[in-house]
Amino acid sequence: MTMPGTSRKSAAWQSVSRHVILLLAAFGMLYPLIWMAASSFKPDNMIFTQPSLIPSVWDFSNYASGWHALRVDFTTFYKNSFLISALAVIGNLMACSLTAYAFARLNFRFRRFWFAMMMGTLMLPYHVTLVPQYILFLNLGWVNTYLPLIVPRFLAVDAFFIFLMVQFFRGIPREIDEAAIMDGCGPWRIYWRIMLPLSTPVLATAAIFSFIWTYDDFLAPLIYLNDMRQYTVPLALRAFIDSSGGESLYGEMFAMSTLSLLPVFLVFLAFQRLIIRGVALGALKR
Amino acid sequence: MASLELRNVVKRFGAVEIIHGVDLTIEDGEFVVFVGPSGCGKSTLLRMIAGLEGISAGEIYIDGELVNDVAAAKRGLAMVFQSYALYPHMSVRKNLSFGLETMGAPKAEIRNRVAEAAEILQINELLERRPGQLSGGQRQRVAIGRAIVREPRIFLFDEPLSNLDAELRVQMRVEINKLHRRLGTTMIFVTHDQVEAMTLADRIVVLRAGVIEQVGTPLDLYNHPANLFVAGFIGSPRMNFLAAEMVAGEGEARIRGRSGLDLAFPAADPRRPDQEKVTFGVRPEHLRIADPTSAMLTGEVQIAEHLGGETFLYVSLPSGETIVVEIKGQAAVRSGERVGIDVDASACHVFGGDGLVIGRDAGSELPSSAARGEQAPAQAAPL
Repeated sequence: MTMPGTSRKSAAWQSVSRHVILLLAAFGMLYPLIWMAASSFKPDNMIFTQPSLIPSVWDFSNYASGWHALRVDFTTFYKNSFLISALAVIGNLMACSLTAYAFARLNFRFRRFWFAMMMGTLMLPYHVTLVPQYILFLNLGWVNTYLPLIVPRFLAVDAFFIFLMVQFFRGIPREIDEAAIMDGCGPWRIYWRIMLPLSTPVLATAAIFSFIWTYDDFLAPLIYLNDMRQYTVPLALRAFIDSSGGESLYGEMFAMSTLSLLPVFLVFLAFQRLIIRGVALGALKR
Repeated sequence: MASLELRNVVKRFGAVEIIHGVDLTIEDGEFVVFVGPSGCGKSTLLRMIAGLEGISAGEIYIDGELVNDVAAAKRGLAMVFQSYALYPHMSVRKNLSFGLETMGAPKAEIRNRVAEAAEILQINELLERRPGQLSGGQRQRVAIGRAIVREPRIFLFDEPLSNLDAELRVQMRVEINKLHRRLGTTMIFVTHDQVEAMTLADRIVVLRAGVIEQVGTPLDLYNHPANLFVAGFIGSPRMNFLAAEMVAGEGEARIRGRSGLDLAFPAADPRRPDQEKVTFGVRPEHLRIADPTSAMLTGEVQIAEHLGGETFLYVSLPSGETIVVEIKGQAAVRSGERVGIDVDASACHVFGGDGLVIGRDAGSELPSSAARGEQAPAQAAPL
């Protein structure tokens, strides 16, 4: 009778130690986030002096003052961010799914070659095309507008989403297309009435990641937007820090940073089941 | 309703020719089954008729109208797919009406036709469900319903029963047969199952390697196979084949085999060479168990299968060949027993070295005319 008892005991120990290790690791990963959230409730002078993660005084004034701390208030920044993100999502979904449908189902000259070219762009770092792209948009007179951030999305530039959708479309049985052909559908109607409704998991995945990547993007808005009234939320957050050595509003910055996580968090919460289904479709990384 | 005519239809995938010039005429209202082993091109041929595959050479006429360049949807055909290919995101009702909506039919008419099809197939209570909530047999019905609502000129079935279990398959087979009687529409049905072919068809088209081997009514093919392939393919258990030679004689030839087979064979063509190597074929039900001392063939029973209604004996002959004997009813024969076998000389078939039948009577369709599709339209199958 001792054997089962000891094995059960050791199993329990293993379980406990595993959880302790996991908890420690999770805490390590979350620490910066917790520190930021905690600091957003502290007065400016206590942020770097009080080491405790739990503020001694809960001060919500950072949130109220942070919203209006800059020349332009955060209502505008959020509006800008949401506008750009929403248009990026719409553009990506429309353009990428159309492109993917063409690659997955239509026959055209050099299809394999174009597919390989498209996949090749996946390997190109953004920074390689940065300068030529800037010159292009400068000559078009688009710098200091949202166009460089939005228009390309309607031209299916995101090879990763195209690839993801091509893989998904290929998994839809061709007999369904053929049944639709017999029912009188052309390629457009098959795409719109058959393919898209059957592809909600991959569309949701693409939508979520499009949103998050655009909302979080710092580099592209930094390069193309100069006027503060056009700033997106990440750009605005940077404006709290005065790089010329003047006074930096740390408390307000942390408050607004914490707040800026909220949309991403909510989108994730709302769509996490779809994301899991989407991730299961294929390895997802970027 | 419509007739269909194929003229020297060829399909090539790149350099590979899959269908080698098929000629076939299907009359209005006929139920024609394409049967053959997998890879024989029967599905490809059906898809070419449907318009889902291009035609590399030759012509296809529906009701006398050349349809080579007519889009699939405009040919007035409906197809039932092997996997059913229902739209998973639409309700059954929507699945049925989708094609009509695409074609811009008036709403009232769509409603009527869907109701009618649902009535015929008894799927009224399923109309609001999604395909995912249906069983295999129900999905099959919906797939057929989707074809019915379009009121096509010709129904095309691409192995529609192969995903069903045995019991349901028999049931659906009967239903498709009833449907054909009710609608009277021309139907083309592809299968690799010769029982399905025999039970459903007015006429069977046997295909092998992209060539039509024979066309005829089920019993025609059974009683008068044009060649070795058709003889072996139609009928279960399959026809027995024994190596033999044909010895020319006056007025009649003799068929002699290694295990004592010796039969008079009428109507031997005098132009045929003497002692020609031939294949002798006889169906299991045309063999009789007889007294070993006087019977033509003797052998040892290897296996006796007692099915109740009939008994199958697998008998090994002295030559090493195995022959299957069917006995009606129950027979007290055990494995290991020595038995004599008599052959019903009037029901045997002889095939030459080229595999073609050596003619006994003029009643059967000759393979050359079958391959050219010149035969008269079939009478209704005796079902």
